[in-house]
Amino acid sequence: MLLIYCPYCEEERSELEFRNAGDAHIVRPANIAEISDEEFEEYFFLRQNPKGLIYERWRHIHGCGRFFNAVRDTVSDRFHVTYKAGEPKPDLDAEPKTNETVETYEALEGVAE
Amino acid sequence: MTGVNRISGAGRLTPARTARFTFDGRTLTALEGDTIASALIANDIHLVGRSFKYHRPRGILSAGAEEPNALLDVSRDAARRQPNVRATVQEVFDGMRVSSQNRWPSLAFDVGGFNDLLSPFFAAGFYYKTFMWPKAAWHKLYEPFIRRAAGLGVAPTETDPDHYASRYVHCDVLVVGAGAAGLAAALAAANAGAKVILCDEQPAVGGALHYDSGSEIDGRAGYDWALATGKALAAMDNVTLLTRTTAFGYYNHNFVGLVERVTDHLPAPDKALPRERLWQVRAKKVILANGAIERHMVFPNNDRPGIMLASAGRTYLNHFGVAVGKKVGIYAAHDSAYEAAFDLRKAGIDIPAIVDCREKPGDMVLAEARSLGIEVLSGQSVVNTSGKLRISSISVARNGGGAARKIAVDALLVSAGWIPSVHLFSQSRGKVTFDAATERFLPGTYAQECLSVGACNGTDDLQATIDEALAAGELAARAAGAEGGVQVALSGRNAFEWTGGMIGAAEGAGQDTTVKAFIDFQHDVCAKDIRLAVREGMHSIEHIKRFTTNGMASDQGKLSNMHGLAIAAEALGKEIPQVGLTTFRQPYTPVTFGTIVSHSRGNLFDPARKTPIHAWEEAHGAEFEDVGNWKRAWFYPKAGENMHEAVARECKTVRDVAGVFDASTLGKIEVVGPDAAAFLNLMYTNAWDNLKPGRCRYGIMLRDDGFVYDDGVVGRLADDRFHVTTTTGGAPRVLHHMEDYLQTEFPHLKVWLTSTTEQWAVIAVQGPRAREIIAPLVEGIDLSKEAFPHMSVAEGSICGVPTRLFRMSFTGELGFEVNVPADFGQAVWEAIWARAEPMGACAYGTETMHVLRAEKGYIIVGQDTDGTLTPEDAGLSWAVSKKKPDFVGIRGMKRPDLVKEGRKQLVGLLAKDPQVVLEEGAQIVADPNQPKPMTMLGHVTSSYWSPNCGRSIALAVVAGGRARHGQTLYVPMADRTIAVEVSDMVFFDKEGGRLHG
Repeated sequence: MLLIYCPYCEEERSELEFRNAGDAHIVRPANIAEISDEEFEEYFFLRQNPKGLIYERWRHIHGCGRFFNAVRDTVSDRFHVTYKAGEPKPDLDAEPKTNETVETYEALEGVAE
Repeated sequence: MTGVNRISGAGRLTPARTARFTFDGRTLTALEGDTIASALIANDIHLVGRSFKYHRPRGILSAGAEEPNALLDVSRDAARRQPNVRATVQEVFDGMRVSSQNRWPSLAFDVGGFNDLLSPFFAAGFYYKTFMWPKAAWHKLYEPFIRRAAGLGVAPTETDPDHYASRYVHCDVLVVGAGAAGLAAALAAANAGAKVILCDEQPAVGGALHYDSGSEIDGRAGYDWALATGKALAAMDNVTLLTRTTAFGYYNHNFVGLVERVTDHLPAPDKALPRERLWQVRAKKVILANGAIERHMVFPNNDRPGIMLASAGRTYLNHFGVAVGKKVGIYAAHDSAYEAAFDLRKAGIDIPAIVDCREKPGDMVLAEARSLGIEVLSGQSVVNTSGKLRISSISVARNGGGAARKIAVDALLVSAGWIPSVHLFSQSRGKVTFDAATERFLPGTYAQECLSVGACNGTDDLQATIDEALAAGELAARAAGAEGGVQVALSGRNAFEWTGGMIGAAEGAGQDTTVKAFIDFQHDVCAKDIRLAVREGMHSIEHIKRFTTNGMASDQGKLSNMHGLAIAAEALGKEIPQVGLTTFRQPYTPVTFGTIVSHSRGNLFDPARKTPIHAWEEAHGAEFEDVGNWKRAWFYPKAGENMHEAVARECKTVRDVAGVFDASTLGKIEVVGPDAAAFLNLMYTNAWDNLKPGRCRYGIMLRDDGFVYDDGVVGRLADDRFHVTTTTGGAPRVLHHMEDYLQTEFPHLKVWLTSTTEQWAVIAVQGPRAREIIAPLVEGIDLSKEAFPHMSVAEGSICGVPTRLFRMSFTGELGFEVNVPADFGQAVWEAIWARAEPMGACAYGTETMHVLRAEKGYIIVGQDTDGTLTPEDAGLSWAVSKKKPDFVGIRGMKRPDLVKEGRKQLVGLLAKDPQVVLEEGAQIVADPNQPKPMTMLGHVTSSYWSPNCGRSIALAVVAGGRARHGQTLYVPMADRTIAVEVSDMVFFDKEGGRLHG
């Protein structure tokens, strides 16, 4: 079970109190009624599903109720930082990625041919 | 006497304190503190079970949690019976009943043993290959037969009468394992001032010191030091010492699950105590001191009862005071087994020989063996064993061939070396690395805040273990923020240095495909099975594992994985690390369902939500249905009425007179603020600016993909205040959806959202006489047709209680929904009922509500829609604003696929035979005679007998449905085909005049 720091409550709380809400920093187009099918597809459907760092949204649903953003490593589930909704995307290029140490479940489970 | 094999003066149990138990009906005497295994061996019983597949006689192999063989059925009484209990873990209590498993008619004579003779047909993968054909026979014949023949214990059938507890706890340092390493680490961390939890699966601290008779710590015998240290730690305020407690799972962010067995060892447990307690620990730092597991030798017929691990032989002697036999042979590839010989010899047991497959055993142990006069046969191997229900002799031959010498034994202790327990480390997603010199996987790269110390870290020497553990304990405490205390120093000394070890098949278990040299005892996997898997093309260890089921039994291959891996690597001509290692999964050892479920059973499994009027409904004979967590009144049968009759009566009564309905479960959200209308404009397809205070409107909510998400009536109470209703099941997700957009997409809007679902009790009064029923009770609201028309809302009071009164209808009748504060719900309901009943009105439930709304073609989101219908598909285009520049779903619903011709549309459906009620979910086709698979046009979403129409009615989604008005379609059922006609969705009062009465 994850331990998540709520940037509004300023406390680490158990995952039980939170709900994941998908990718962060995806802005709903202001002129959404006019955008093309391709633009809508890009906005609504397409996601990266990265191995490594992901910018994602969480809601402290059984706490303060606020939505906030987090940077999590999808390999190790380590949270690098959480921050309030509306704040700019943190620059994490300098952050070590767990990728380089623990590779994948597959690597732990046996070597593929 | 507590058993013929009990050695007077040996062991640590108190001879005067006995406990009686039965094994397969035979009464035996044990000592308090015995495990079932030690008590059975004391009574010279080694045969305890039959194996999973071949039904071979099996004995006790180990003295710990890794036991694959000795799985027994243990009961306290009829309801407290547990199968597959490890005899090496379960302590004996007075009155315990123990039975062997997987044998018939008896343990000594088992008909299933016939399987062993047929074993050439039961090779690995046999089930997959043999039972493929005919396909239908699998369910009827093969699977039931295999399930009866294979398998171990029988699951209990009675409800578990025990209770279980669960708690969360935070600590600075969690130390797993209380052997020398764990105790030293805990001591250092505790002395530094850290909040420490130390747990161990055994009844007492000490770990390997239980048997390691020669070790010394701090100038005392190792086990004495352990007990004293455990006592000192337990007395410290900042230490929680948990024995009989297994750390079974290491999860994310240093979350570790422990299970504490509280009462399973007690003859008459206090009923207030839970049987087991789940500890959910969040530790800043974890120290893993899990130790190591000895592995067996892989040689022909290595599974006879009496063949055991060397460390187990030492544990039974040094801790329990029990000799495993009278003539005990040793077969080793590792020095540690010699110490078992030494201990037994010193206790007066005959040791015919130590057979060591190595040419050069360690010098230290060799010298001691010589001085004790024990014959060492180095460079030789045990190439076979004999003895039907217990080992009686071993055949020993020089490596590479030659004549075999037969040596009589009644027990054989084996050791091929030690496997560091990296289970929890691996569960933490740490990556193990293979140490080629010692042929073992050791903790490599850490993924979480933990450290491994001692034997699980590959540290063999006792002093090195202690030093490493003390350093880790202090480091962890400091890292967790502890600042106090003094450093600890301890000396430790092993009696003997250990060298050697082997993995894989030993001499005699070579390429012969008929030799049974077991690697996985619990699943009957032999060395030859691994080789077969490789020959059949399995190259990944994951495939080999699944093909042979090696390591897939409840012991999860604690003994077998490394042997299997080494044999696979040899067969593949690869190095072990290239073949890979299967992942260690939680739980480390089996955990009962009771522990995981804890208090969440019965009424506590899932909360039941009850409306404020529930008690009245119960008292008036309502049947209830579950809607989400809600208990809703379903219908109110009168004496002698079945459901159909009750619903028919309710439906007629509502339209003829009136009915009272509990609508309290309706989701309610208060939307307040200067931008409330602007916000609702974005959340719903409708326009809200032009809705005047005091008026209501039916609203449709979409997701951004353009599909219908929810619906409900919204009342405007003031310019800046709306009372929004949602579907019963949709309330939480609608609020979540609104909050999401408000907080993250439209944060500039000044709006506040509050769930008020449980604050308001809602009483719907529907029917021609509805106004007459409530009018005398209402104050401050003019209920006349002109002043309070359909779709109005007003605040006033009813029965002296403040109310938000809606004039609205989900029945098509003149209707009101009376919202009152929840605490007054039942009182107001009773006042309304007191007026309604004498008029001949009825109370009605959700089933009648469903029929009445279907008669009017009102949809239920989630029943008539399924998340793939647009407002256009559902016939709700009228509720979608054409003028608004934006609302959630405005773009999504214009996607090419969502506007194309031929989409499924909601329509009415009338069976040609009006008596036939269609089945909800039934498929609809154009031509019932077309070949299968038929082209399905859609399905029935709602279907009822309509008492008011005097016929059946249905709603359905049908491709291009509205254009098919009047067409005949067909609903093919298993026994007949039903002809139906597509109609509009309103079946009753098509003009809608009743609504405005």
